[in-house]
Amino acid sequence: MSRATLGWIVLGWVGFALLPWYGFDRSAVPTLADYFVSGSALAHGVHRAWWLLPLLLPLGMALLPVVRPDMQRNGTWLIASGLLGLALVVLQGFSVGLNGWTLDILKSLFGEPGPRQSGMGYGAALTSTALLILLCHGLAARGWCRGDAFVTSSIGVVIALIIVFVFFPVTTILASAFADNSGHFAPTEFITKFLDKSIWGLDCLTSDLRCGVAWNTLFLGLLVGVGTTALGLAFALIATRTGFRYKKILRLMSVLPIITPPFVIGLALILLFGRSGALSAVLWDWFGVPRSRWIYGLPGVFIAQLLAFTPIAFLVLIGVVQGISPTLEEASQTLRAKSWTTFWTVTLPLMRPGLANAFLLGFVESLADFGNPLVLGGNYEVLSTKIFFAVVGAQQDQGRAAVLSIILLAFTLGAFWLQHAWLGKKVYTTVTGKGDAGIPLPLPRRVALASYLTAVPWAIFTLVVYVIIVVGAFVRSMGRDYTPTLEHFLTAFRVERADWGLYFSGSAWNSFFATVKVAAVAAPLTAAIGLLTAYLLTRQRFSGQRAFEFGTLLSFAIPGTVVGVSYILAFNVPPIEITGTGFVLVMCFVFRNMPVGVRSGIATLSQIDKSLDEASLTLGAGSSTTMRRVVLPLLRPAIVASLVYSFVRAMTAVSAVIFLVTAEYNMATTYIVGRVEAGEFGLAIAYSTVLIVVMLLAIVAIQLAVGERRLGRRSASAAPSPVAVQAVP
Amino acid sequence: MSLKKSFAAASMLAGAMTAMSFMSAGAAQAQGELVMYCAVQEEWCRAMTTAFERETGIKVSMTRKSSGEIYAQVKAEAANPRADIWWGGTGDPHMQAAEEGLTEAYKSPKMSELQDWAVRQWEQSKQRTVGIYSGALGFGYNTDLAQSKKTGDLKCWADLLKPELKDEVQVADPNSSGTAYTLLATIIQIMGEDKGFEYLKALHKNVNQYTKSGAAPAKATALGETTVGIAFMHDVVTMVVDKAPVKVVAPCEGTGYEIGSMSIIKGAKNLDNAKKFYDWALTPDAQKLGAAAKSYQVPSNKNTPVPPQAPKLSDVKLINFDFAKYGSSEERKRLLSKWDNEVKNLPK
Repeated sequence: MSRATLGWIVLGWVGFALLPWYGFDRSAVPTLADYFVSGSALAHGVHRAWWLLPLLLPLGMALLPVVRPDMQRNGTWLIASGLLGLALVVLQGFSVGLNGWTLDILKSLFGEPGPRQSGMGYGAALTSTALLILLCHGLAARGWCRGDAFVTSSIGVVIALIIVFVFFPVTTILASAFADNSGHFAPTEFITKFLDKSIWGLDCLTSDLRCGVAWNTLFLGLLVGVGTTALGLAFALIATRTGFRYKKILRLMSVLPIITPPFVIGLALILLFGRSGALSAVLWDWFGVPRSRWIYGLPGVFIAQLLAFTPIAFLVLIGVVQGISPTLEEASQTLRAKSWTTFWTVTLPLMRPGLANAFLLGFVESLADFGNPLVLGGNYEVLSTKIFFAVVGAQQDQGRAAVLSIILLAFTLGAFWLQHAWLGKKVYTTVTGKGDAGIPLPLPRRVALASYLTAVPWAIFTLVVYVIIVVGAFVRSMGRDYTPTLEHFLTAFRVERADWGLYFSGSAWNSFFATVKVAAVAAPLTAAIGLLTAYLLTRQRFSGQRAFEFGTLLSFAIPGTVVGVSYILAFNVPPIEITGTGFVLVMCFVFRNMPVGVRSGIATLSQIDKSLDEASLTLGAGSSTTMRRVVLPLLRPAIVASLVYSFVRAMTAVSAVIFLVTAEYNMATTYIVGRVEAGEFGLAIAYSTVLIVVMLLAIVAIQLAVGERRLGRRSASAAPSPVAVQAVP
Repeated sequence: MSLKKSFAAASMLAGAMTAMSFMSAGAAQAQGELVMYCAVQEEWCRAMTTAFERETGIKVSMTRKSSGEIYAQVKAEAANPRADIWWGGTGDPHMQAAEEGLTEAYKSPKMSELQDWAVRQWEQSKQRTVGIYSGALGFGYNTDLAQSKKTGDLKCWADLLKPELKDEVQVADPNSSGTAYTLLATIIQIMGEDKGFEYLKALHKNVNQYTKSGAAPAKATALGETTVGIAFMHDVVTMVVDKAPVKVVAPCEGTGYEIGSMSIIKGAKNLDNAKKFYDWALTPDAQKLGAAAKSYQVPSNKNTPVPPQAPKLSDVKLINFDFAKYGSSEERKRLLSKWDNEVKNLPK
């Protein structure tokens, strides 16, 4: 029996017998006694909550190996204790709810309403964790994962977290699609809702009626996927294969839209092309082009999404274009192929994985995008906004929201599957250990021309949009009154001196502090869990590894709106009652962004030779020293990538959090969406510029804090920079 | 190996601790707090929040949402309420919440100072909601655009059907906005249900967008994004005061009005603070903040000075609005789904 196992047994008892088992009611002021003993499961169990008492059995079973350490089957005992304990926790949690029995069978057996309990608290969390770890230690003792308790525990914890925060909410939402308004099982309702004409109608082909929302979404996604891929490719080719002078600016512009709250771009488009927009005014005054509302609808959403998501395609494709070995192209030229033929038959096919990834990301991002359709959609409805209104609209139809979510999920997963099928099993490896000294060929004339013709006007357009954003923050009312002012910043970020100290009276402070706090907590957690998972996936071998990998990636494939809805459905009632807290926001971000940490961790770890770890161990360093002095420093690029990505995403995500925010935890993005809806554009833009600056500062700070990875290499080899954004295979 | 294990144990414990500290964040600040859902214009919500905080030191956590959204949220949270007070927004959802028992009955010592319509609202709702301001429905039009479109003067609801106004009228979606639901109920009460729906169908041809929030059409009219915006008149007046080229219209056929209301959520976690806010919000001092925040409704306390810019309710031809009937959830649900099926999905 190791000391760690002993420690966890003790913690299990502490959670059961000392700490408060239930979460606190927020109106009550807990006394010290509530924190210790009297609020514990043991105290509750003895008084009233008899259903907590069976937990004594597994906790007692865990004690047996302590009393008799020489016993033969210690591991089996621990496994049995852990399994039984977890099963009991889950069983009582789901059968006794806030208002009595939760299952009809129990109601009819034991009478209504039955016992009640509220959501679980610290004690329950600690005891459940301890039981889980004991189970894992038991498995290690039985020889799993070469008997390494650290590895089994890590796998157990990651799997448990994924079950609780990904599978549980997602299955809840899928289940509510099959229920009627009062919560009874009703598969016919599902079919009626699923086949609804407003979803699948094709009237727009034959008449001037509107088409179904599913087709709208799919059509928009395809357009955006193709558009961002083409633009991203043009930019990537210019950046890598030409002598274009302003590459640096191009690079900068590729970062800017990623850290821009997404709907800000939509807003800038209204200020440019809206009926009273700056450009529309010029067109009207000079050329008599009548002002119109064309921007509200498909064209507006399309342009806004192109602006927002092209940089992602660019970042994916630049890595791929750089990675293509010039030797193959040289070989093609030596065989007398013209440069166009070479490009068409060699270069382009080698880019297929990159193109597929870029398209997929554009498509998925477009499907999940909520801010732009909300601001610019007009009467062009897409699934993400429709799901939102199904939940918050006056008709309040959660089942309908669930049905729409299933359709959205099916589209996304279908796209992943298609990408997989298209790439197939062909080999695209071009970075090998062999000599690779060729010089990339210049682009064929027409390709270069086409690239310039698409990329340069687009780049100028992007710049104009950002100029509008900056100007909009500093004038009274864009489009009507161009008097320079700081009014918007004052409304949002005013600080006053009151009798009792500084008073942050600006209306944005609340959401600003909440956002920074949540993002700052979520980022390191995301990186830690992501890198731990990557470590398990690359350095360990265990059965079920592929399924494990798929589970970690699933949350990335689920659109944000669906995640948001499913989190409310799953976590507003016991046993896990965490809506309205900052914790649910943090968890939402951690599990939405974890796949990026996993991907970048795997990419970096697989470059690092295992013999480095072994060398350190052979030289007498302990495994924690090895971790600290060897592995982690080499992982720096992956740490930076996942920290930056999760921080930025936590600051800019709209679709997932719009359901989860409360008065106490209002996020910056939902605040901005509210301002946009009410027409306070100046304020929204001013706030967004502040967010952009904060994110830039945070990125610099993360870089400085984590530091660069120093490899003992000369910089002669132009190694491709690590790709920041990577699609799921 | 044991080092590795203790490292693992320590890191997991640390993780669990962080998680817990976050879960308790709400618990720690329980005292001296008020969670408010606010359904009027952002500036006004803000002014109320800061003034109340400054006066009492109670920390107000305010979320602004449209009244339909707040109703939906309060209903969803009924098993486990998150908010304490719901301040502002059109009366129907307040009445509906009262009918469903989502809100708490309360008699404020300030009741005697209130206008009759506010007290009537309170009595009808079995003391569960009280009027804090009222305003008439109307529309505003952008005079510059109207001139270039040659629409002529717009005076009546019927004028909004002019073919010159094709794609030029903006109104909120009654599914998410109380303002738009008031329009729906008003038109039906003026014209009768069949004729009323005929009118709304005809209006649909002229509507360019059904917005989410009720005040957005007023803003869009001021910006020139639409010629006509249907909204409460006080929202349009705000734009006029802001020197936008907008004219406010009280429709000649008569119009409905809203009673902006306030309710305490049943099961509020900070009930005492909610009552404190309730009493305070009915005082002239608190109600004066509306005009200061450029919201020109008619306040419900008799002693609050009526802002001079406010459209006088006496100059507007008000219909006898049946709040009891059109505020009931059954009627509301029926009308909304009828509107969804017969109006919203029509071709243009």
